[in-house]
Amino acid sequence: MAGPRFAAARPFRYPRGHGLTDVPAPPPRKPVRWHIAVFLAPAAIVYTILMIVPLISTLQASTMTGDAEHRAFIGLGNFVTLLTDPRWSASFWNAFRNNVYFFVINMLVQNPIGILLAALLSNPTLRLRGFYRTVIFIPTILSFVIVAFVWKLLLSPLWGVAPMIMKFFHIGQLFQPVLGKEQFALTTLSLISVWQYVGVPMMLCYAALLSIPDEVLEAAECDGITGWSQFWKIQLPLILPTIGIISILTFVGNFNAFDLIYSAQGALGGPNYSTDLLGTFLFRTFFGSTLQLGDPNMGSTVATMMFLIILAGVCLYLFGIQTRLRRYQF
Amino acid sequence: MAKARSSVFRSVASHAILLAYTFIALAPVIVIVLNSFKKKLAIFSQPLLPPLPSNYDPVGYVTVFSRGNFPLYFFNSIFVTVGTVFFVLLFGAMAAFALSEYRYRLNTVVGLYLAIGIMIPIRLGTNAILQILVASGLISALPWGPLVALILVYTAAGLPLSIFILSEFMRQVSNDLKNAARIDGMNEYKIFFRIVFPLIRPALATVAVFTLIPVWNDLWFPLILAPSESTKTVTLGAQIFVGQYLIDWNAVLASLSLAILPVLVLYIIFSRQLIRGLTAGAVK
Repeated sequence: MAGPRFAAARPFRYPRGHGLTDVPAPPPRKPVRWHIAVFLAPAAIVYTILMIVPLISTLQASTMTGDAEHRAFIGLGNFVTLLTDPRWSASFWNAFRNNVYFFVINMLVQNPIGILLAALLSNPTLRLRGFYRTVIFIPTILSFVIVAFVWKLLLSPLWGVAPMIMKFFHIGQLFQPVLGKEQFALTTLSLISVWQYVGVPMMLCYAALLSIPDEVLEAAECDGITGWSQFWKIQLPLILPTIGIISILTFVGNFNAFDLIYSAQGALGGPNYSTDLLGTFLFRTFFGSTLQLGDPNMGSTVATMMFLIILAGVCLYLFGIQTRLRRYQF
Repeated sequence: MAKARSSVFRSVASHAILLAYTFIALAPVIVIVLNSFKKKLAIFSQPLLPPLPSNYDPVGYVTVFSRGNFPLYFFNSIFVTVGTVFFVLLFGAMAAFALSEYRYRLNTVVGLYLAIGIMIPIRLGTNAILQILVASGLISALPWGPLVALILVYTAAGLPLSIFILSEFMRQVSNDLKNAARIDGMNEYKIFFRIVFPLIRPALATVAVFTLIPVWNDLWFPLILAPSESTKTVTLGAQIFVGQYLIDWNAVLASLSLAILPVLVLYIIFSRQLIRGLTAGAVK
């Protein structure tokens, strides 16, 4: 306690001529850390030219109206039309609702299954793990053309495999043409999307589980924490950041989804728009369809709305959840 | 005794779950591959039967190899995919290192700027991308210019996600290890290439897999940037069998079955890194 007062009363001075004084020296200028710029430059350049600049031109188009010769700036007019004009807003909100449902199914089915499979695979004594890992990932490497074709083939009421199998088990009367019925189509397509993408959470969780050091798990075993409780108490908390990444990837992927619906149900998101997502709505608006002419400006408006929705979700995650995740260095 | 029994039970249960899911994952794919060897009528009347002498018909594969230039398409697809993966991993890991390792004033801003790309499908900017690439002369200057253009576009599209994932994994690389290297006189570039890069190999493999799949399967940009015969990719090449009124199902199934193979091989190559990267790590 006495120290500071003593120091204040009799400041220490070096003898004159020593070159050292009690006057604080100006803070040393930090050298410019060029390596940071070198590390960032290649990615930033490619990304800016081919991603950001085109995006800005799309944003700009959303505030315009008219064709190439007669373009006029109308500010937020297109957005007002999209959200208030009944011809536009009904389709937009329908696509939005469907998209939320699509995301919820994916999140609740795909990610728990993926985490479960990764947990099973990460057991080092399990045989055939390489085989399982490869095979379960195969649907993810298929193109949408194949995925849509194979599921239409399996589920078709005319020459489908599903009715045959159900007849074999004497439950043929329960068969429904699920892709053609409004009340089932979206759920079916969500589950097809789950089937296709379960490999993604599985792979990411698997990589994360493998990077948990053995010492941590051995220490847990010494304390009698094994099996299921080891997963819940040790592994799951340690891979929470990865689960965060998976959730955000699912969110972004689902709100950009287009290809699966387009190849399975066509650009109209049938039957009766029941599987219309924001992606297919955007495609119809931008490029037109059998029922409407394409409108690049309204298309850009829809694209901007999608961007804002996704941005809101990602910001919620980045600031609400990611900053609270605890990370561990091994 | 009790423990041994419970571990046997656990391993049986694990295998049961994994086998069940393996069946769900694989059965539809097998249906495709089996049907690619069958007569057109048999594809639709008995889709579940394996190819038998009575319905065997390799006409799909014959068509694929006689029409179109499939070996070239395969080469183009592999060139574009491997090139994209290389640049996404290199540039992405460098940027992720800059973002996760150093503290500087613009760190958060740069991070958010690079993350914007995760949220937007790059297709939204197609119009402007095409104008930029045509203006740069890349598409018309060289015979393989369109393929390079594809690599650049896919790299731009793949970078944000790879930076996001890689920086998450890089935060887990021990600071002690990096600081020890600094004290030993390594410069930042060497720390990145010699220490961090090898340590995050599992994450790199994961990113590689996620990058290569959409690139391999993409139809949109090949159609717009590289539609000419000499620069077609496999996915685009398979479309010649999908007509407006008539679809040659044999050829479509055969070409799609063939298109699964290379991406499966690439996937297996990268996924092996998942295991090797970890057992060879410095801190383990």
